[in-house]
Amino acid sequence: MTLFGYRIPMMASLLVWCLAWEIVGRLDLVFLLPPFSDVLAAAVQLVQTSSWQDATVTTLRAFATGMALAITCGVPLGVLMGRVKIADDLLGMWVNIFSSAPLSALVPVLMILFGFGERTIIAAVFLFAVWIIVLDTRAGVRHVSPSLIEMARSYGATKPALYAKIILWAALPEILAGIRLGLIRGVKGVVIGQLLVAIVGYGALFETFSRNFRMAEFWALTIILFAFAMLIAELIERIEGKVEYYAGARQ
Amino acid sequence: MAVTALREKQSTVHTSLEAIVEVKGICKSYGNVEALRDIDLDFPRGKLTSLLGPSGCGKTTLLKIIAGLIGASAGSVTVDGKHVSGPGPERAFVFQDFALMPWATVLRNVAFGLELRGTGKTEREETARRYIAQVGLSGFEDKYPHELSGGMRQRVGLARALSVDAEVLLLDEPFSAVDEQNRRKFQEDLIRLRSAQNKTFIFVTHSIEEAVYISDRIVLLSPRPGRVSQVIEPDIDRSGDPDSIHRDQRYLDTVEEIWQGLKQYVE
Ligand SMILES: Nc1ncnc2c1ncn2[C@@H]1O[C@H](COP(=O)(O)OP(=O)(O)O)[C@@H](O)[C@H]1O
Ligand SMILES: [Mg+2]
Repeated sequence: MTLFGYRIPMMASLLVWCLAWEIVGRLDLVFLLPPFSDVLAAAVQLVQTSSWQDATVTTLRAFATGMALAITCGVPLGVLMGRVKIADDLLGMWVNIFSSAPLSALVPVLMILFGFGERTIIAAVFLFAVWIIVLDTRAGVRHVSPSLIEMARSYGATKPALYAKIILWAALPEILAGIRLGLIRGVKGVVIGQLLVAIVGYGALFETFSRNFRMAEFWALTIILFAFAMLIAELIERIEGKVEYYAGARQ
Repeated sequence: MAVTALREKQSTVHTSLEAIVEVKGICKSYGNVEALRDIDLDFPRGKLTSLLGPSGCGKTTLLKIIAGLIGASAGSVTVDGKHVSGPGPERAFVFQDFALMPWATVLRNVAFGLELRGTGKTEREETARRYIAQVGLSGFEDKYPHELSGGMRQRVGLARALSVDAEVLLLDEPFSAVDEQNRRKFQEDLIRLRSAQNKTFIFVTHSIEEAVYISDRIVLLSPRPGRVSQVIEPDIDRSGDPDSIHRDQRYLDTVEEIWQGLKQYVE
């Protein structure tokens, strides 16, 4: 961003928005929007409470479990679809539908299946994250250079060696891209899941705050969630950068 | 006239040399496309035989059938008397597009054939280093393929094929993606390497000059469907200065003769 010929760094533009929030909050223009400084103060308070810490542990645990499941199912499924035509024909349509469907509508179904607890949240994370991992893995596997595969075969690679030493590595940039997108969708899954279930983790906190009009804490929690999602995306992007470096010269 | 002289020579050489690779009645169709028709060929042990023909005539297809990478529609291939039904340790392939793993160093790429065979890390890396030196890449062991020029990448591919110690080396237009100066140097190196190796080379090319420059025998394939149209043995002395070969009268005559033979297929 440039302003009057000066380059304004990202942080500065963020500051401008925080300032705007502060002013709007102080003027009481918008209902239920406290000044930004109140929200910050509330955030500092919030992270010290045991209810926030417990909620965070529950949320992270559900997120990590759901993501682990999504990755361990999504990658093999994507590899299968990338390599086996019948599997691709059978599953392709469903994966495409699910990856673009409004999955929030399915969360109530998950509640019926898994009950009002952490298992539903885990299932929501899984359901949100898995499809894009499958699709990207499939695309990566499809693009593995045929001559690399022939090379491995010509030097006597067994099937497992072919997958472990060539196909997974050659498809790694796409697999990681899929996982990154999956993580972002997984955050959506955990948030929506908790909001709908509303008795677990952050969902319970959101519920308490909004019902009691504790808006500063409500917004503080929202900001913490956003920061968390951005942090995860940033982290995986770093890893991807390293992998791109090796994959940069893919023939 | 020169042709008949060469043909006579061929028949005498033929009987005196043992064939390591025998191709009998090979046909190959891709759907409706007939790529190869009834190929009968013998490849003598320890010689470099080129498969020469216009692009699309089935050279790569024939080489990959010999490698066991693709199956033939009819016919059979034997190596050392054994029927070929898939890739085997007595054959090693050098790919037109190098087929290097971009995520692995030169050392790991060269050692990869041995890695797949379960050779221990120290042993295979020692072997790999030796062949890296032989192809003139010492000092590049820890580089990645994208840090190398095309010519150097193909040297990695060649070192990988040499390090598995296969008897038969199959090279699919190894120099086609290498720039002109490097190609010339590489061809000289190949002549030097093979005099030290005593291996059988089957070399695919579409360049007449290249084929005549490096081959003991040249198999001319006709355009699709590929058939053997002629076998030529350019009897060129390669022991001296590599540059002198390009001025050798027999070299020049053979190039011209092959060109006259192929001309009919162009246009
Ligand atoms: N996998 C394939 N599927 C269909 N056609 C193929 C395939 N591979 C090669 N061909 C066809 O077979 C013919 C011979 O191909 P190729 O062996 O690559 O020729 P060359 O190496 O001499 O250029 C070409 O016409 C090509 O289009
Ligand atoms: Mg070819």
